Amino acid sequence: MLDGLFAQADAVFLARFQFAFTIAFHIVFPAFTIGLASYLAVLEGLFLKTRNPVYQKLYRYWVKIFAVAFGMGVVSGIVLSYQFGTNWAVFSDKAGPVIGPLMGYEVLTAFFLEAGFLGIMLFGMNKVGERLHFFATLMVAFGTVLSAFWILAANSWMQTPAGFALNEQGQYIVTSWVEAIFTPSFPYRFVHMLLAAYLTTAFVVGAVGAWHLLKEKRSEVAQKMFSMAMWMALIVAPLQVFVGDLHGLNTQEYQPAKVAVMEGHFTSETQAPLYLFGWPNEETQKVDYAIKVPGLASLILKHDIDAEVTGLDAFPRDEWPPVPIVFWSFRIMVALGVLMVVLGIWSACLRWCGRLYESRALLRAAVWMGPSGFIAVLAGWIVTEVGRQPWVVYGLLRTQDAVSPIDAVGVAGSLIAFIVVYFIVFGAGAVYMIRKMASNPEHTHIPEYARVPMAAERLYHEEG
Amino acid sequence: MDYALIWAVLISIAVFAYVALDGFDLGVGILFPWFREEKFRDRMVNSVAPVWDGNETWLVLGGGGLLAVFPLAYSVLMPALYMPVIAMLLGLIFRGVAFEFRFKSRANKHWWDIAFMAGSMVATFCQGIMLGAMLQGIAVTDRAYSGGWFDWLSPFTIFSGLAVCVGYALLGATWLIMKTDGQLQGRAYRIAINTAVLLIIAIAGVSMFLVSHFENVADRWLNWPTSAALWLIPFLLAGIGSGLLNALVKKREGQPYWWALGVFFIAYLGFSISIFPYLVPFEITLWEAAGPDNSLAFLLAGAVVLLPIIFFYTGYAYWVFRGKVQEGDGYHD
Repeated sequence: MLDGLFAQADAVFLARFQFAFTIAFHIVFPAFTIGLASYLAVLEGLFLKTRNPVYQKLYRYWVKIFAVAFGMGVVSGIVLSYQFGTNWAVFSDKAGPVIGPLMGYEVLTAFFLEAGFLGIMLFGMNKVGERLHFFATLMVAFGTVLSAFWILAANSWMQTPAGFALNEQGQYIVTSWVEAIFTPSFPYRFVHMLLAAYLTTAFVVGAVGAWHLLKEKRSEVAQKMFSMAMWMALIVAPLQVFVGDLHGLNTQEYQPAKVAVMEGHFTSETQAPLYLFGWPNEETQKVDYAIKVPGLASLILKHDIDAEVTGLDAFPRDEWPPVPIVFWSFRIMVALGVLMVVLGIWSACLRWCGRLYESRALLRAAVWMGPSGFIAVLAGWIVTEVGRQPWVVYGLLRTQDAVSPIDAVGVAGSLIAFIVVYFIVFGAGAVYMIRKMASNPEHTHIPEYARVPMAAERLYHEEG
Repeated sequence: MDYALIWAVLISIAVFAYVALDGFDLGVGILFPWFREEKFRDRMVNSVAPVWDGNETWLVLGGGGLLAVFPLAYSVLMPALYMPVIAMLLGLIFRGVAFEFRFKSRANKHWWDIAFMAGSMVATFCQGIMLGAMLQGIAVTDRAYSGGWFDWLSPFTIFSGLAVCVGYALLGATWLIMKTDGQLQGRAYRIAINTAVLLIIAIAGVSMFLVSHFENVADRWLNWPTSAALWLIPFLLAGIGSGLLNALVKKREGQPYWWALGVFFIAYLGFSISIFPYLVPFEITLWEAAGPDNSLAFLLAGAVVLLPIIFFYTGYAYWVFRGKVQEGDGYHD
């Protein structure tokens, strides 16, 4: 046992651990900023349309939090664009001709767009007038969505590769870009992630609104953000459950081993049970302490209670993903999804009774659900990435064969450096964001210049 | 069409755009020790805050572009330069978050100033190390890096690391000359003159070191036809260097940054000629490193359309924030 542990602690394991660590830290920020950028665009649009100062206050309040989160997303993302090479040189050489151009397009279409207009969005209110400023916010929001498009295309190609051939150097070369971008799992993964980002933001916004409402029931700004967030929970959370189910069916078709692990099915069987709880034991190939509903997995996965569901016994032992981590991450994600739906429905009932801001139980629950989106996003990515193992490119290139020719000591050293730096830097960032979220949104300062109506007028003043 | 060559040129442009743009904002961080007054530091940071993110995107394009079109070079260079790359990334993390954090933190502003300064210095120094390591040459066997853990570390690479620090400090100082006035600008003038002289000496030093110690580079400097191009460089450098000093002495505030960029361009040209056509000196040429033509063509189609658009709106963003940055600018109220 101990031998096995040390044999595993080689360069491959460390490189995987390092990548998992840096990418898990990174995804937290885009998951938040994709949603927040769109939310800010909505707020600014509503302000321009209605001239209701509540929207303006909300914009100024959240844009500062956005700035911190975005900055952390940028710097943790730069790391990733170089880590493919430092830790996964063989993967980079072989899959670079496919993955590289997709990420190249991400930089060209999304990163520059976001970066180019971010400065105007954060600092340019008094320089460009409100319509151009709104345009800048829209461009940043659009950039975040485009960025998700390309990076999920790249990831989906690694999950369900399509549209490629091998050349004599062993590199994957694309035969059809449309097929390589729109791989079978891409549409589901893209929509699933986008909705996840929107939900993540909605629950953070909802929690902040609820927290301030618990202190000051009549705060109009807090009411507005809480109300908007609960609408999102009501509409988007059930939609996400639906899309997640479609994504699962797609995975069942293209990566059946992953689904077998998610469900804890060691053996193929008809009337397969759905495990609500348990501990999958890889040695005995059984789920210990199982609480299960007979036949329900067949019903969910095949829409037929008597259908056979493929178990892990259909795959060679060396092609199994690690079972417990995927099994449990999946349950955490689903449980949080269910709680999100429940909160949405609960809020709708209270809204219907006109007591949305009165129920302290709902407000407290919303505060507790604040981080739920982040946890669900991380759990979901663990399911899909660990569930892809032992492959880095599914069915084609094993993770252990994709690593750089560097020794464990170096990877371990840089891993420790990353851990220390990330906890200091992103810990501080989290503190600043939470401190800002704790500040009263009613007291948001609206600078005088924010009311300058048009760029032309500004220019006129300058010339005069 | 020779896609590999087109891409080599495009990536060279991206790298130079990176040096030209992030160079000055890293330089502003390097200059922090010479500006201890908080109001100066706030103003310095505010002069780059609206644009630094876009500047660093060129670095992502460099990395992503290399992976996309020269995957072999990417997969050899990154392990070869493992430690300086990681250290650079960590440095960039510290300085990148410091832009926001130093205004958010009341008690710890001083620490984030140090993070901004040290992060800028480490990132710059590591870029110089990588430049030196590439000129030294990189060991390759069978499409993989085969050198040791510390191949990148030598007196030469340390010297080139320091030289790039001096260079970025010059870019930072000339940027501050353009974007500020008064006492801050006066100090930037003095620093710019000193760093300009130092940089020109450093470039001369690096050049002599190269010619006397590295055969691969020396061959090019001493043999026809590359020698013709390379012997022009000292004269160009002398001309541009005196233009720079002249602009500094006569206090033409809009000019020094562009002259300093000229010095960088000439040095960059010299570097490119010294290693051309290798992407992994002196083992893998750009044609050997290139991915399949259809990958190169696919991304090129996008780059041809998108790069002009990017230049346009990046230019627009700079234009929006044109002119001197004032005390109290920025949204931090």
